[in-house]
Amino acid sequence: MPKTKKSADRKKPPRIRETPVAGKIVSEAKNVEEKISKGKKPSLRFPIRSLRNVSYQSQKGFFEIRGRTKERTLTVNTVKTFAQTLRMMALSKELVETDDIATKREAYYVSKNWGDARFSEQPESDTVIEDVEALFRVNREQLGFIPEEKGGDVAGELVVVDRDAETGESLRIDCRKFGSGAYSIPISVEHLGFETKAEFVLVIETAGMFQRLVKHNYWKRGNCILVSMGGVPTRACRRFIRRLADTKKLPVYVFVDGDPYGITNIYRTLKVGSGNAAHLNEFFCVPQARFLGITPQDIVDYKLPTHPLKDVDVKRAKDALKNDPFVLHHKAWQRAIQQLVQMGVRAEQQALAKHGLNYVIDEYLPEKIRHPERFLP
Amino acid sequence: MKRSRTTGSSAAKKQPDLFQEPEEKKLSPSKKKKEEKAETIVLPVPEEKTSPAKRTSAPRLPKQREISVSEFFAKNRHLLGFDNPSKALLTTVKEAVDNSLDACEEAAILPKLDVRIDELAEDRFLVTVEDNGPGIARKEAPRIFGSLLYGSKFHRLRQSRGQQGIGISAAGMYGQMTTGKPMIVISRLGANKPAHRFALLLDTKKNLPVIASEEEIDWPLEHGTRVAIELEASYKAGHHSVDRYLRQVALANPHAEIVYRSPKGETFRYERAVERLPAEAREIKPHPRGVELGTLMKMLKETKSRNVRGFLTTEFSRVSGKVADEILEKAALKPETSPARVHRDAAEILYRAIQKTKIMNPPTNCLSPIGEEQLTLSLKAHHEPAFVAAVTRPAAVYRGNPFLIEAALAYGGPSFEADQQAELYRLANRVPLQYQKSACAITKSVIDVAWKNYMVPQSRGALPTAPMAIAVHIASVWVPFTSESKEAIASYPEITKEIRLALQECGRKLGVYIRRGRRLAEAEKKKSYIEKYLPHIGIALQEILGLSDERRDRRMKELETILEKSRKA
Repeated sequence: MPKTKKSADRKKPPRIRETPVAGKIVSEAKNVEEKISKGKKPSLRFPIRSLRNVSYQSQKGFFEIRGRTKERTLTVNTVKTFAQTLRMMALSKELVETDDIATKREAYYVSKNWGDARFSEQPESDTVIEDVEALFRVNREQLGFIPEEKGGDVAGELVVVDRDAETGESLRIDCRKFGSGAYSIPISVEHLGFETKAEFVLVIETAGMFQRLVKHNYWKRGNCILVSMGGVPTRACRRFIRRLADTKKLPVYVFVDGDPYGITNIYRTLKVGSGNAAHLNEFFCVPQARFLGITPQDIVDYKLPTHPLKDVDVKRAKDALKNDPFVLHHKAWQRAIQQLVQMGVRAEQQALAKHGLNYVIDEYLPEKIRHPERFLP
Repeated sequence: MKRSRTTGSSAAKKQPDLFQEPEEKKLSPSKKKKEEKAETIVLPVPEEKTSPAKRTSAPRLPKQREISVSEFFAKNRHLLGFDNPSKALLTTVKEAVDNSLDACEEAAILPKLDVRIDELAEDRFLVTVEDNGPGIARKEAPRIFGSLLYGSKFHRLRQSRGQQGIGISAAGMYGQMTTGKPMIVISRLGANKPAHRFALLLDTKKNLPVIASEEEIDWPLEHGTRVAIELEASYKAGHHSVDRYLRQVALANPHAEIVYRSPKGETFRYERAVERLPAEAREIKPHPRGVELGTLMKMLKETKSRNVRGFLTTEFSRVSGKVADEILEKAALKPETSPARVHRDAAEILYRAIQKTKIMNPPTNCLSPIGEEQLTLSLKAHHEPAFVAAVTRPAAVYRGNPFLIEAALAYGGPSFEADQQAELYRLANRVPLQYQKSACAITKSVIDVAWKNYMVPQSRGALPTAPMAIAVHIASVWVPFTSESKEAIASYPEITKEIRLALQECGRKLGVYIRRGRRLAEAEKKKSYIEKYLPHIGIALQEILGLSDERRDRRMKELETILEKSRKA
C-alpha cells in the first residue's frame, strides 16, 4: 500500500481513504483459484501483527508497520483457518456490496451457519477479521465490520457537527449542554466537524475521575474539552481525539493512573497506536498527546497513597523497557518506568482524594497545566 | 502344647530369622516331617522381662517371667499389620483371603471367594470371607484359627502367599482384643460330611484355642470354609483401601472368582479370566548359597545324616557328591565327620567353603508364575485397555534363592484418566503389596526405566505419566521384604535387573504400538481435516467469484489432489 502512505504523508491531516474493498477481495480470491487450477498450493500474505514488526517514527509520531509479512500457504494443517479466512472475506464482500454492517459479535454468529468451519469462541473470529483487515491494509469498518465497544465520552467546550442519518441535515451537538451527562463518541467519526474555543483536550482514563470533573464543570475553569476513555481507548476514541486535535490545533493532555498499565497500555496506545493493528496506526493515533499524570514523580511530590506493584505490573514494566519501541525511543520514559519499578508501588488517579475530594480540581490540575513543558513525552 | 525357646521379635519376623532359631525344630522334627499341618510354634518368649522385641543375645536377667501372647501382640501390633484401624481391616481381609486362596490351590480347586464387610457401628466391622476350598478337619479347625503360629507353610521352601502362620489367628485375636467377640468359623469337608460351626476364642496366656460353642449346621456349600471376625476398624477409600486390594488380588489371580461386598453395600464381582489353575509350586531343598551361618548350624544339628558329606548331598539342592567333596576339601573337613560334631568355628569354615565353591543354580520348577497369557487376560478384564503387553522372565537367582519376574502393562482405554501417573501393581507371590510403595524395588525399577524411549512421558524421579497400569510380579520361594511388615521388596541387584529387563521388553512393545497409533491418528486427522474444511474453501470462492457449481467442484477436486500429494510427501 505505498500509495496510501505517500498521500498521507503529503497532506496533513490524513483522511482514511475509502478503498474499493470488494474489488480487492475478488482479486485475492481469483489468485487463490488460479493457483489451484495450476496445481499449486494457494497462499495468502499477511503483515505480521506484533510489536516486533513496528518501528516508532518520532517525526510521524506513531508506530509504523515494518515490512515483515508471513505467508499462509494452504496445507492440511492450515486448511481450517484458510477456509475461515476465505469465508470471512466472502461475508465482507456481501456486506460491502449491500451497504450493510455487522458487529464483530454478529459476524461470529453468522459463522455458526458455516458447519465445521464455524468459530467456537468470538476471539477466534475477531482474529480472522483482524487478519483480513491487515491483508487488505484497511480498517474493519471498510470491510463492513464494526466493533460493539463504546467510543468514549466527551463533555466541555466543544460543538460537534454531525449529520442526520435520514435527511443529511447538519446537526450541532453542544457538549456543554449535557449537564451531568456526556456526549458519546460514535463508532465512525470521519464525517464529524468541530467548533471550539477550548485551549486543550484533557483525556482521562477512568469514568470516576471524568464524572468528578464534569460535575464541578472543570471544563469551564480550565477552558478545555474533557474526554473519558474508560480504559484502553477504542479506535473510534483515538480517531476522534486525533481529528479534533488536528483540525483545531489543540494540545492533548493525558491523565491516567500512575502504573505500568496506564503508561504502556493506555497512554502509549493512544499516542502511537498498538502492535496488533499496526497497519492502521497512522490514523488511530494521537501524536500530539502529552502525559500529564500521574507520573512516578507525582507519587513522591504529592505523597500519594500507593499500592504495591503486582507481579504482572512488574512484568509489564520490564517488558516495555526491553521491547516497546516507543519507550526505547524516549529516555524520559525509561527513567520514569525504572523509577516506578524501583519504588515498587503504583498510585491511582483517585489517590489525590487523600488531600480532599476537590484537590484535583483546585490544586493538582491547575498547577500541572501551568507547566505543560514538564509533561512526559 | 510344646513351647519352644524363640524370641518374640524373630517369631514375628521374616522367615530367614526363623530358620536361624537354633532350637525350635529340635523339639518336634519327626512330627513335622510326617504331618505338616501339625507343626506348632508358640510365641514367646522366655527369659526377658523388659522388651520382648529384644534379641536373644541380650544379657539374661536373673528373674525370668513368661510373656503372654497378648502382651507381645499388644506391643507389636505394627509388626503384624495392625498399626491403625484402617490397616487392621485391610490386614484381616488380606490374611483370610491369602489363606483361602492357598487352601484352594493346594487342593487343586479353582477358588471362588466371597468377601463381605459389614459396618456394624462407626468403628466396628464384621469381616466375612468364604471359600470353596477343601475345608478343615473338625479337630484341626480350632487350632488353626485359634492359636498363633500354627500352620503348614511355616518351614517349607515353596512359593506360597502366607509365610508365617501368624495371619488369620492374629486377626482373630485382634478382633477378640478390640471387641471381645469370638471368631466364627464354619467348615465342611465334603457333600456327605456335616458342616461345623465354631465360635473360637484364644486363650492368650496359653496360646490355646477355647471353643466357646460348636454345632453342626446346614450349610449350602459342599465344601469350604467361612471365617467371620468382628473387629474395631475403620473403612477408608483410596490407595490403601480394601476395595483396591481385592481388585489387585483378582488381577494377580485370574483363576479365582471373587465377589466382594463393601461396607457401603456396593458389590464388586471379579470373574475368572482363566479356567485353569496355576502350575503347582514344588517344594525344594535350600540351595547352599541361600543359607546363612546360623541356619547352617541349625541344619547340622538337626540332620539325620551320619556324616557331613551325606548331610551336604541330602539336605541341599544342587550338591552332588563331587561338589560336596570340593566343599569339604576347601573346608578341610573329613567327609565322614559327624555333622553333630561340626561346631561353630568349623561351621563357619564350612560356610565360607560353600561361598567359594561353584555350585549350579537352584532348580526353578519350584516357581509358579502367573503367566504371560493369564496376565494379559487379567489386565484386559480389569482395564479394557487398548493395548496389553506381558512378559514372564526366565527364572533367576539371588543369594541362592530362585525367583522369577513378570511384568505386564495395560495402556489406553476408558478405565484411565488422562495426565495421571501410571497405576502400579506390586505383586509378590500373587499377593498385592499396598504400603511402602516408594521403598520398594519394584517402584524404583519402574522409575529407573527410561519411559520416554517408549513414547511415554515421565517426570524426573517419578512414575511415567500415561493412561497406563503396570503390574510387576515377583515369584520366589523366599521373597526378600525390606521389613517384617512384608510391604516392600528389597533392592537386590539381581532382582532390580530382572524387573528392568521385563519392563523394557514390555516398553518396547508399547513404543511400537504408540508410534504406529500416532502415525495412523495423524493421517486420519489430516484426512478428516481435508474432508471437513475443503468444501468451505469451495463455498467461499464460489460466493466471492460467482463460480458455477461444476467449476467449484472441479477446483476442489484439484485442491484435494494437491493436498493429498503434499501429505504423502
